[in-house]
Amino acid sequence: MAQSFKLPDLGEGIHEGEVIAVLVSVGDEVKEGDLIIEVETDKAAVEIPSPFTGKVREIRVKPDDVVTVGQVLMTFGDGEEAEPGPAEKPAEPKTERVYPPSAGRKQEPVPASPATRRLARELGVDLRQVQPTGPGGRVTGQDVRSFAEKAAAPEVKPVVAVKSGKAALSVTAEAPELPDFSKWGPVESIPLRSIRKTTARQMGLAWSQIPHAVSQDMADITKLESFRQKHKGNIQGKGGKLTLIVFVLKAVVTALKTFPYFNSTLDKAAGEIILKRYYHLGVAVDTDNGLMVPVIRDVDRKSIEEISLELKELVQKARDRKVSLEEMQGGTFTITNAGALGGGQFIPIINYPQVAILGMGAAGWQPVVVENEKKEPEIVPRLMMPMVVCIDHRVLDGSDAIRFLKTVVNALEDPEELLMTMI
Amino acid sequence: MVMGELVQETDVLVIGGGPGGYTAAFRAADLGFDVTLLDMQMKPGGECLFQGCIPSKALLFLAEVIHDARRTGSMGVTFDAPRIELDKVRAWKEKVIDRLANGLVTLGNKRGVQLVKGEAVFEGSDTIRLHDSEVGRIKFRHAILATGSVPRSLPGMAFKPNGRIMNSAGALEIKDIPESLLIIGGGYIGLELGTVYAALGSKITLVEMENRLLSEVDPDLVMPLNRRLNEIFKAIHVSTRVLSLNERKDRVEAVFEGDVDNPEQTFDRVLVAVGRQPNSKGLGLDTTKVTVDANGFVIVDEQQRTSDERIFAIGDLTGVPLLAHKASHQGKVAAEVIAGKPSAFDVRVIPAIIYTDPQIAWCGLTEEQARKQHRSIRVEHYPWKLSGRATTMGATDGLTKIITDTETLRVLGMGIVGRDAEGLISEGALAIEMGAQLEDLALTVHPHPTLSETLAETAEIYLGLATHILPGQHGEPSTPESSR
Repeated sequence: MAQSFKLPDLGEGIHEGEVIAVLVSVGDEVKEGDLIIEVETDKAAVEIPSPFTGKVREIRVKPDDVVTVGQVLMTFGDGEEAEPGPAEKPAEPKTERVYPPSAGRKQEPVPASPATRRLARELGVDLRQVQPTGPGGRVTGQDVRSFAEKAAAPEVKPVVAVKSGKAALSVTAEAPELPDFSKWGPVESIPLRSIRKTTARQMGLAWSQIPHAVSQDMADITKLESFRQKHKGNIQGKGGKLTLIVFVLKAVVTALKTFPYFNSTLDKAAGEIILKRYYHLGVAVDTDNGLMVPVIRDVDRKSIEEISLELKELVQKARDRKVSLEEMQGGTFTITNAGALGGGQFIPIINYPQVAILGMGAAGWQPVVVENEKKEPEIVPRLMMPMVVCIDHRVLDGSDAIRFLKTVVNALEDPEELLMTMI
Repeated sequence: MVMGELVQETDVLVIGGGPGGYTAAFRAADLGFDVTLLDMQMKPGGECLFQGCIPSKALLFLAEVIHDARRTGSMGVTFDAPRIELDKVRAWKEKVIDRLANGLVTLGNKRGVQLVKGEAVFEGSDTIRLHDSEVGRIKFRHAILATGSVPRSLPGMAFKPNGRIMNSAGALEIKDIPESLLIIGGGYIGLELGTVYAALGSKITLVEMENRLLSEVDPDLVMPLNRRLNEIFKAIHVSTRVLSLNERKDRVEAVFEGDVDNPEQTFDRVLVAVGRQPNSKGLGLDTTKVTVDANGFVIVDEQQRTSDERIFAIGDLTGVPLLAHKASHQGKVAAEVIAGKPSAFDVRVIPAIIYTDPQIAWCGLTEEQARKQHRSIRVEHYPWKLSGRATTMGATDGLTKIITDTETLRVLGMGIVGRDAEGLISEGALAIEMGAQLEDLALTVHPHPTLSETLAETAEIYLGLATHILPGQHGEPSTPESSR
């Protein structure tokens, strides 16, 4: 019996991917669970295991092909039996069948009424990307609106269904046409793909949707650094890496618990702020392939040691492109460490639909004026780290930003206090 | 005012006042633009209204009445032979045209569209010079080219005004009723005008180069028409070429080559209906950035833009099918795109109708096209001898067919041959545009007794629900072998 292996649903909003490598060849015996194909989606590279045990009969894709969810990638079987042709199928309508979006099947027009097609043009939606819900894979007007909604809010589903028309407001205006740059000199066009494409979309979305406000401060991490130096060998021995960001993660969780609105999402459609009672913190990782943000789950329930181990592993996976989609989803707040590359002051962009992001600059020795025991001002060298928090001013105010950042700074300045708040 | 000196400025200049041009102009005016509509006639309407669709249909109506009056004899009602007063026929035809043209003038005036008579030649991407006009030049922000198409002539045989060798426009003037008329070309124009002249009493000989009439239409749809034309035409020669036409004072001598017994024949008049070509020459397009393909069609994108950012083009000028309703739809698109709307010529079907008796209408994919494109289709036929309504009119030589994708059960194409096919085909067009499945047609209650029931019953055959056909009789997949 021949079996078709179709690109499975890869999770939230992922409709298509690019084949990076086909890991089997025709004739290979494959066991269920063996990895058979590697596909790069907008968010990550995924290795997909075989759902069948059998012989690979036919491979229908090759590297660089763009494949859609539901598309047949390869077939398995003993090779004696052909896949049932369409003509042999019964004539009755197949209402239960789920149709994939039409992407990749360029030659076929997408079934949709003229009014739906016009709506798609108005909302700037590519019908081929839309998951159809109508009979026989027909795209409905509602499908188009939902798709436009989802594009505007990729991670959070609105609690209340958005009424028609609202979607039009959330689509950003078209940028004016670009000039022909080649008339001033040679140019090269690089297609916007995978992670770069996602980053472009996500940052454009965040910048256009979120009114950003910024608060900056300096944290004196002299004590923390000596604490870190003292224990890092111990953690290293266990396979982890005790970096500064590990402490920042813990300090942030403390601040998030004190200021719960920093751990929220604005649901414009429902007119609600959704507070999240879990603390999944994303850490921005610079990789050869671009920016990736793996998420450490339940940071509040993990020890410094656990986080050190997990973070090291996640960063490595991100750099190896082995991080799974699930490992990059569900974040409630993000930390980005420009200091790791020596960066000083900077202003990050909030990771939509989160409402705040914390940035760390490079720590350095600075002359700091402090009061000595005699209450006299005195210049002493201190290890200072620039910190910045960007907030969604719709949800949070500048005063919140200052208080939040002070809480983080205070926790970092006094490791003992940090330890106390962790309990 | 000195002729030829006046320079006007306009937001949108529409060149050509046919159905595409005036629709574009009216839509642009409705969108708030200052619009100038330029045509070589004083009134909008173009070839379609003055020398094409409208006069031919007025005459075909008469042909249908004449034919109907003849055939009711077998139903017990006999009329005397018709008395044809050609002056009155022409007057009536002119009245039809005038009435419609005046309506367009009123609609244009009320919208504030300025109608200018003249012939345009581009001087660049923002200006035209006018010949034969009170206005010298028009500067425009956007132009919509809608100059349509012109009848093709036989190689080396140009049409002479008032000659015995006519094109479609000349034939529609019906200068007289020729005793014998040779029609060159078995396309829809030749067949429609042949039907008119046959009803008026001419003996028609038709020659066609291809091996059958209406080569773009599925053969099974052409068959009933073929039967009818064999009755009303004197002779039909397919696979036949005209080697020469020699126009004498009182006749035309023709020499044929091909499937014809007598290769040398004489006729009172000749109608050359060998197709139409885009009217893109002499417009001065070389002074713009507009590009034209090898056949003379202006190249446009989905928004009707030419390669010149200021200039749009619509209708026959932009390619096949050369049909008025395609042009008017594109006219609206062009106007809306100029207004910054996200409009596009995004249609699945452009229905086509041949107003012969019986009529032929089709939309979407023809069976031949579908077989080329789809691995798995099913074609269902419903013969009109099973239709109650067709029987009451004595019009049982008809057929309704639907082409379906067996995988999605979606309607891909529809074809109808029979009386009033023109009124039936739009249901197929809507079905395809909506992405309807066969079941949608079958489950829509169609009024009884009507010819529209044939559409529903055709859909029902595939689903095994047809009332007037036994289940299983027509259910088998239609393969290329079984349909030939």
